[in-house]
Amino acid sequence: MGMTIAEKILAKKSGLAAVVPGQIVDAYPDLVMSHTATWRSVSVMEKVGATKLYDPERIAVVLDHIAPAKTEKNASDHQKCRNFVKKYGIRKFYDVDAGIAHLVLMEAGHVLPGDLIVGTDSHCTIYGSLGALGTGIGYTEVTSVWLTGKLWMKVPDTYKIGLHGSFSRGVYSKDLMLHLIGSLGADGCTYKSVEFYGSTISDLSVSERMTMTNLAMEMGVKCAFVPPDVRTREYLHDRIKERAYQEIQADPDAVYSKEIDVDLSMLEPMVACPHEVENTRPVGNVIGTHIDQVFLGSCANAKYEDLVVAANILKGHHIHPDVRFIITPGSKQIMLEAMKSGVLSTLVESGGVLTNPGCGACAGDGGILADGEVCLSTANRNFLGRMGSSKSEIYLCSPATLAASAIKGVIADPREV
Amino acid sequence: MQNQIQGKVYKFGDNINSDIIIPGRYLIYIEPEELAQHAFEVLGEGFPGKLRGFDIFVAGRNFGCGSAREQAATAIIGLGVKAIVACSFARTFYRNAINSGLTIVECPEIYDTVREGDDIQIDLGEGQIRHNKEIYNFPRFPDSVRQLLELGGLAEYLKAQFQEEKL
Repeated sequence: MGMTIAEKILAKKSGLAAVVPGQIVDAYPDLVMSHTATWRSVSVMEKVGATKLYDPERIAVVLDHIAPAKTEKNASDHQKCRNFVKKYGIRKFYDVDAGIAHLVLMEAGHVLPGDLIVGTDSHCTIYGSLGALGTGIGYTEVTSVWLTGKLWMKVPDTYKIGLHGSFSRGVYSKDLMLHLIGSLGADGCTYKSVEFYGSTISDLSVSERMTMTNLAMEMGVKCAFVPPDVRTREYLHDRIKERAYQEIQADPDAVYSKEIDVDLSMLEPMVACPHEVENTRPVGNVIGTHIDQVFLGSCANAKYEDLVVAANILKGHHIHPDVRFIITPGSKQIMLEAMKSGVLSTLVESGGVLTNPGCGACAGDGGILADGEVCLSTANRNFLGRMGSSKSEIYLCSPATLAASAIKGVIADPREV
Repeated sequence: MQNQIQGKVYKFGDNINSDIIIPGRYLIYIEPEELAQHAFEVLGEGFPGKLRGFDIFVAGRNFGCGSAREQAATAIIGLGVKAIVACSFARTFYRNAINSGLTIVECPEIYDTVREGDDIQIDLGEGQIRHNKEIYNFPRFPDSVRQLLELGGLAEYLKAQFQEEKL
């Protein structure tokens, strides 16, 4: 019987010829990622009393949440991370200047097709944009993988999502994902692997694929994949330094527990309304909604392409005087590229305030909302109180909808600007 | 192994996410008691105080969705809660709960009949929940998971293993 991508990766990483959904395996990840939560994993290691790591080369540490430090407590947490990487010779360490862990690790060539990657962040699913199995675990389990090199994993069954047709003007992969999350629900793919296929997939850039596999988390997936192709290879070409890789594709006779088809040409710009990502509506239903702040950031939509989309709409405009516009590039690489191309100037000139690369306001670091305030955000979560007051509200959208709305001062349709 | 968990139920709806359980700004803490002081506070006035005195949470579908933050499980432990029974759990929360030593049971059948303040009894050995003389079944945990729960989570399990290796 043929296997899906998740089945093949989990079989390979646990030394088995074949696996079936529901089977529990002992898998050895290629990379274990931890972000600012690393200090907690270090604390667990101290509590356990262990002093030897399974393989320091398989460990990556990126300080992206609450970075640079805001309080003395943050500072000492960060210090604990730095002391740990020095003591154990962890070479894949990125300090507070680097940006969001997921984007930083992919840019640096640490994420390769066919890899199994676990980390202290639910949005590790994003690694599937390059054909790697990424999934989130807690900080104690990170310690366990540091020490033993392995963890138990249940082999998920797989949903196949076929994409057909092309996006209309003003519609992006963010809108596709909000449509899917809205129709399947926040638990529509719980514990499933998802593979994206279809006649359109080869047109989608790696950046758009990142948005897709990132947002897939919000329908509960364990992992999500865009099968590697020529675009994947182009992205990786200048980035791979240390390891060779082998692309993993599903077998032609792989078994899928569900198949879903989407006609991209039928999609409209979508918005997720408070306080759940599944609460989605076409932008037309929420046009005119009051906003106080817009946030162009997060691992979902603060990549270079996303900044370009926003800048193209904002060029020559100034945002509405009652709106605050926070720009948080996903990584230093992205920020540098946007600096050189002038995209950053356009965004700042339009009325935006630039923050350092990282998770920023998405993780409640800066850009906090007061009682009654509303934020329109390109991030991936709009949960109650996530960006500040429990009496504030968050709407989610694409960078295009965000830019159009920033100009109008209310939620607006990007096709009408 | 501990077989029985009994106590008073507090009832939640669907999609109780990790930001509701413990907002990101409190992730500077890792101790259960510190986290518990802020657990569920976004639900409004009186939280988390009004959750004190309840032993078991019963919830709808997709409990614990969102962030992979392990403190979602730790904060609930800090409230003195001994188990969660839900229609379904998000996978990261499910894993974190077991790794933190918090018993979680998927049993959608009980959700509609149980009310806040009711007393229920979970029998881990038998894979049964008893409520008002009704019995609901759930798949038993394997011994390895029960051992993890018994020890109080993965950190304690690792500690025991590494100390054994040193001896």
